[in-house]
Amino acid sequence: MRRFASFIRQCQAVSLYNLQTVWRRRGLSAVAIFGVAGVVGVMVAVLSMAAGFRAVVTGQARDDVAVVLRGGATAESSSILSREEIAVLQEPPGVARGSAGLLVSPELFVIIDRPKIGVGTDANVPLRGVEAAAFEVRDGIELVEGRRFEPGRNEIIVGVAAAAAFEGLLVGETIDVGRASWEVVGHFTAGGGVAESEIWTDTRVLQQMYQRGNSYNSALVRLTDPAAFEEYERALENDPRLNVGVQTQRAYQAAQSAPMEVFISILGWIIVAMMSAGAVFAALNTMYAAVSARAREVATLRALGFARLPVVVSVMIESLAFGIVGAVLGGAASWALFDGFRASTINFASFSQVAFAFQVTPDLLTQGITLALVIGGIGGLFPAIGAARRSVVGALREP
Amino acid sequence: MSSLTLISAALRRKKARTFLTFSSVVFAFLMFGVLSMIRSAFSMGVDLAGEDRLVVRHRVSLFQLLPQSYEADMEELPGVVDAMHMTWFGGVYQDPQNFFMQSPVVPAEYLDMYPEIRLSEEARTRWIETRNGAVVGRATAERFGWEVGDRVPIQPTIWQQEGREDEAWEFELVGIYHSDVEGFDETQMLFRYDFFDETRSFGRGQVGWYAVRVNDPERAAEVAASIDRLFQNSAAETKSEPEGAFAAGFANQMGNIGLIVTSILGAVFFTILLVSGNTMAQSVRERVGEIGLLKAIGFTAARVQRLVLFESLTLVTSAGFFGLLLAAGLAAVVQPMFAAYMPGLFLQGRDIFIGLGLAVLTGLVVGFFPARRAMKLRTAFALRRL
Repeated sequence: MRRFASFIRQCQAVSLYNLQTVWRRRGLSAVAIFGVAGVVGVMVAVLSMAAGFRAVVTGQARDDVAVVLRGGATAESSSILSREEIAVLQEPPGVARGSAGLLVSPELFVIIDRPKIGVGTDANVPLRGVEAAAFEVRDGIELVEGRRFEPGRNEIIVGVAAAAAFEGLLVGETIDVGRASWEVVGHFTAGGGVAESEIWTDTRVLQQMYQRGNSYNSALVRLTDPAAFEEYERALENDPRLNVGVQTQRAYQAAQSAPMEVFISILGWIIVAMMSAGAVFAALNTMYAAVSARAREVATLRALGFARLPVVVSVMIESLAFGIVGAVLGGAASWALFDGFRASTINFASFSQVAFAFQVTPDLLTQGITLALVIGGIGGLFPAIGAARRSVVGALREP
Repeated sequence: MSSLTLISAALRRKKARTFLTFSSVVFAFLMFGVLSMIRSAFSMGVDLAGEDRLVVRHRVSLFQLLPQSYEADMEELPGVVDAMHMTWFGGVYQDPQNFFMQSPVVPAEYLDMYPEIRLSEEARTRWIETRNGAVVGRATAERFGWEVGDRVPIQPTIWQQEGREDEAWEFELVGIYHSDVEGFDETQMLFRYDFFDETRSFGRGQVGWYAVRVNDPERAAEVAASIDRLFQNSAAETKSEPEGAFAAGFANQMGNIGLIVTSILGAVFFTILLVSGNTMAQSVRERVGEIGLLKAIGFTAARVQRLVLFESLTLVTSAGFFGLLLAAGLAAVVQPMFAAYMPGLFLQGRDIFIGLGLAVLTGLVVGFFPARRAMKLRTAFALRRL
């Protein structure tokens, strides 16, 4: 017990002494700190992109909303449903009732080109034909400017994210799609969900323009509660009049976002792995230099009766401290620069644009600090062992 | 004593430090190589685009169809050599995850339009003889283990067969193409348009987009404008642009990859300058006495400066070269692995040259301040430190 207490005291003494001399070695210390800060900053930035994308695509998805597509279709654009099929979707039990009847929202989904703000080249913007039910099936659709489109007229409302990402979508502006002109009459929010990247208009107008007759691409069905989903799914799949695939909105959206998210994460981690290796070498360099600069001091301590282990511990503590300071700096810089940074990318599943904001989450910062501790740990361990192993006499003799 | 001996002695003075600095610079340049590959993969073939080719699509979006009759109309225009159409098929082989592009084409026209493509005479003949014949790029054939003669079922997501809704289309593989152009897309599956048009259940006579060859690349923009004018006020207006501009626009849809790559490299190189600069500075600080001695025995200030600069160049630049070499080796391994997913993932010669230049520049910048310090050192003062 007494030996342990003495060990702790020795560790404290050596570590405190070390940390007091950091300022004298500020150039070298800065190298280790900035090395780690660079790695953590890049890691947090890249992964915050994936987090922001996921939040938009899956954030507002619900378990009590069913997405109905034609059997075999993996995305709205390759699905087709007739008016008759839509009518059948209302029959099974479990469909929730809204202000104007059952909450089944038949929808048309097409893509139009709009120039992306900042680059000026065309991007695939989703244009959705909806009926009144669409506003109730989803959560939190709110007009923040202007009004809703009037049925039968060439009017559109635009999600706030789309309005900020693509040209010509401010309230009052008109866009040309084919030979028709559409007036932007409102902007809406959708609780941060993917609908905010879309343009909405009246289904009938869109059907006419795209010569779709009375057909739709997909339907969203709001159920009374999540437990009703299984029964509803079975009812549709067993109905001989239908050939459809049914998923919960959550499952559908998760599948939509998965390819992009996996892609960003893999790429991000490859970059981070390489940067980390570089940073480990920088940290090793710093700590070897720190140890060799204090070889005599360490030897003096050893001569005074300090054990080897406290020397090891003190070097490790210093290296880990550099790691943490670096992680905090890198994480903070990334947060300041990128949190909320707006970007838009293509969703591979639907081939349409999704506008999103980078999200620096606490979880990412924790991952950053963990990574920094690993880098600091490896960077400190070998120099620490080296320092403890040096012969006292040899080190004392050095100039 | 030659300068080389002195530099080599200086680098061997603290072997661990030299090794660690060397290694961190190696990783920086390895990253440079890998990020350059990623940027090239995301540029969607901008660098490979044919200068004399235009892409003509529906003005509303790429996903809207155009009449097949446009082909003949465009070929009448002055400046147009040839027009050829493609259509997004969007079929699935076994699993929706197995993504690759398929398109119906008119074989002879397609092969004329893309001379980059290498396909054997035998395959060409069999393609003309086989109604449901298809050719596929080497990368996709290897990915699924397909061989010439195989029957390949492709499940439609858009194009159903007349009278056989929801049944898979069956294609007979008549050839496997490749390209000698590095980074060229070897993933596509191409089958005959006549078979496609007769078999599909809707949309007959409609195609996805056109590739148009012009006789003078200098006037490509002019021809593009005349094509768009030709179809103005028709039911399907067009948007025409050079292949490179089309590819760049498509790349922009992903996001500003160039900016992301440049920012990351900026962070990496800032750190590297800091790390190696500091190491060099420390090394010079430790050798103040020795440098004083060199000056005392007649080395000029300029020569001392050059020595330190060359030391830095030797260390940093050779590490940079080595990192680039590793990147090139990695590229050779990774490129065939990813050819079926990211055809453009390869290390471009241009990027290697930029990397080499960057390695020399980094070596000079890192050595600059320590070299100046060594030059300015007052001999008497330095000798006291011996």
